[in-house]
Amino acid sequence: MSQTVDDIKPSYPLFRAPEYKDNLANKRSTVEEGHTSERVAQVFQWTTTEEYKELNFKREALTINPAKACQPLGAVLCALGFEKTLPYVHGSQGCVAYFRSYFNRHFKEPIACVSDSMTEDAAVFGGQKNMFDGLENALALYKPEMIAVSTTCMAEVIGDDLSSFITNAKKEGHIPEDLPVPFAHTPSFVGSHTTGWDNMFEGIVRSFSLKTMDDKVVGSNGKINLVPGFETYLGNYRVMHRMLDEMGVAHTMLCDPTEVLDTPADGEYRMYAGGTTQAEVKDAPNAIDTLLLQPWQLPKTKKHVELVWNQPATPINIPMGLEWTDDFLMKVSELTGKPIPASLAKERGRLVDMMTDSHAWLHGKKFALYGDADYVLGMVKFLLELGAEPTDILCQHANKRWKKEVEAILAKSPYGKGATVHTGADLWHFRSLVFTNKPDFMIGNSYGKFIQRDTLHKGKEFEVPLIRIGFPIFDRHHLHRMTTLGYEGAMYILTTLVNAVLERLDEETRGMGTTDYNYDLVR
Amino acid sequence: MALRQCAIYGKGGIGKSTTTQNLVAGLAEAGKKVMIVGCDPKADSTRLILHAKAQNSIMEMAANAGSVEDLELEDVLKVGYRGIKCVESGGPEPGVGCAGRGVITAINFLEEEGAYEADLDFVFYDVLGDVVCGGFAMPIRENKAQEIYIVCSGEMMAMYAANNIAKGIVKYANSGSVRLAGLICNSRNTAREDELIMELARQLGTQMIHFVPRDNVVQRAEIRRMTVIEYDPKAGQAQQYRDLAHKIINNKNFVIPTPITMDALEALLMDFGLMDEEDESVVGKTAEAEAAA
Repeated sequence: MSQTVDDIKPSYPLFRAPEYKDNLANKRSTVEEGHTSERVAQVFQWTTTEEYKELNFKREALTINPAKACQPLGAVLCALGFEKTLPYVHGSQGCVAYFRSYFNRHFKEPIACVSDSMTEDAAVFGGQKNMFDGLENALALYKPEMIAVSTTCMAEVIGDDLSSFITNAKKEGHIPEDLPVPFAHTPSFVGSHTTGWDNMFEGIVRSFSLKTMDDKVVGSNGKINLVPGFETYLGNYRVMHRMLDEMGVAHTMLCDPTEVLDTPADGEYRMYAGGTTQAEVKDAPNAIDTLLLQPWQLPKTKKHVELVWNQPATPINIPMGLEWTDDFLMKVSELTGKPIPASLAKERGRLVDMMTDSHAWLHGKKFALYGDADYVLGMVKFLLELGAEPTDILCQHANKRWKKEVEAILAKSPYGKGATVHTGADLWHFRSLVFTNKPDFMIGNSYGKFIQRDTLHKGKEFEVPLIRIGFPIFDRHHLHRMTTLGYEGAMYILTTLVNAVLERLDEETRGMGTTDYNYDLVR
Repeated sequence: MALRQCAIYGKGGIGKSTTTQNLVAGLAEAGKKVMIVGCDPKADSTRLILHAKAQNSIMEMAANAGSVEDLELEDVLKVGYRGIKCVESGGPEPGVGCAGRGVITAINFLEEEGAYEADLDFVFYDVLGDVVCGGFAMPIRENKAQEIYIVCSGEMMAMYAANNIAKGIVKYANSGSVRLAGLICNSRNTAREDELIMELARQLGTQMIHFVPRDNVVQRAEIRRMTVIEYDPKAGQAQQYRDLAHKIINNKNFVIPTPITMDALEALLMDFGLMDEEDESVVGKTAEAEAAA
């Protein structure tokens, strides 16, 4: 049973060795007091039935495997997108360990984020003292040029007032008066990670807009502002820059964490890298307009753009797929007067070519999908453009208006007829739907892999493979560097989808002398 | 004698702290060993026993020391008149932090430090007026106070509060051993006050354990930061508190209360002339509309 230094085996295949198998079986039969494997199998089968699905959807008081994360997680990602900005979470420190490890596992990068570690006495007296020391220490140790403060549940339940705490910290000299310390109240028990992103972003732009709007003139800098929202595909930031550069449109990406989340291994640790500068944020109200790339998750930001910056905040859809990328580029062109260049028209043509090349394989294929509101909407739209059929569409944190919007889009396409939209539902609901409605594939984050395992356990013919698009993706490398927006993003999604279909077909036709008459070299 | 833990609740300003300290003085005089635990951020539950303005509270000292773990029992436990032990939970300034959490932290600290293991006959929790959140129900959670006394008077709001507190007790009583042990009527000299409180007690399924008459000697003693029993042991009021103390010593009447409905309470108040018959016809009518009618 012992391992040797020269030949260390990981848990798999080590635990499949006979001595481990015997040991585990022995433990199970002597001390675990589990149900018999027949009973377990019986209950498993029951959880895959229509009857169980009905019961599952009647669930009221329990969430199993939520398809969303909490507010401060979003706030931290938002803060990472600004130059030399330290995300600071006021509250208990375990929460912050969770945010850091969550992003670590997705981006495979260190994440700089601090907590002021409220303990029992802080819960009673309020966390002002923690904030004084925390801000002072964070500034002394990590020398940020901006500290973006969000909160955990603990601080929110006792009602800590960030605005006065930060003002007092400055008045009492813990941090300089002129250090920007924007803040957002981000209770985890309200909304989701996208709400937190919106709140933090609004907090940051608000702090730079206070008392400084008098000399601002909409359109005076000739730029377009882009607000990404909770965006974890680094390629999406890059493709937006590229497309607007090709159009010759001066622009500012308000919140751009691409550098700090993709630092090179050249021997130098970068706690801060890149990001939107303070000068750019201050200049943002002078832009022609601010476009929200994920409008469904940015209601507070939209309000700020309209009411404080007095910009139109021209409504757009997430620029995903063919038509909505067209719309986006035409909108930018309309706002700036710059024509869409030949390079983008050619790129579009290539996408259309790819779509026609692959359409025979994607046509009529059924996909169940879940994720954040705007992404899911964009993905549904693109699936319909590809002739693929969404079956169950789930967004846990979205509202009824969003549901109606998705339904309206589905109604416009012959491929949308068989789809159902679910809000407020979790991944255990989704599991039921995958069993009962049996799509060909699921599209979602890494958590979907357990549903795939369960469907396979029922039988190979019931297996629904997971296609990993979304956040978080912990179990595949470097997908966060890909692109899902613009024509380029559509190409990546299309490539991923069609190859998943072909991969699956190969798997099914690999039977020697049975199915391999269709195990074709050319697909 | 086994340790008895009692909690005193009642509407804010009704005289909980004064009554508690005076009756505890009576218990001490009768040879009982008593501890008072003040559960109020104001930390004024022990001043008459200690002759002090306000005691250093557990939470205040914890904040100075760094955390609760840095405190020892001797730091927070003061001994006053006739060996009565005094602690105050304390809590934050109004408007910040969480006072309820302060009560929980303080009581947990007392338990961990063995404050209840000493040779004690009674512990009295003096809890802030309204049970606004779970923290202020800490004294009646399992293994803490099992006897609840509600201080009230023959006034509408005091009786509303008493009934609400009874509702709170029911929640904990059904799952634990906490019981309502009686109403203490702290008189405001209203008409037929004793009868009214006795009737309320009957309807709640409990007793009016004592009627404490109003007497200015209480205020004279308070100015001197003393209980009446210590300030003027011969005064009639001192005897009243002694009587209350003895009734509590001998009390066996512990019940799960039967809180009454709003209608029943209003009917009771009407019977005793504290409230007029409601005239439904005027509800929602402005003065102008009434004049025109």
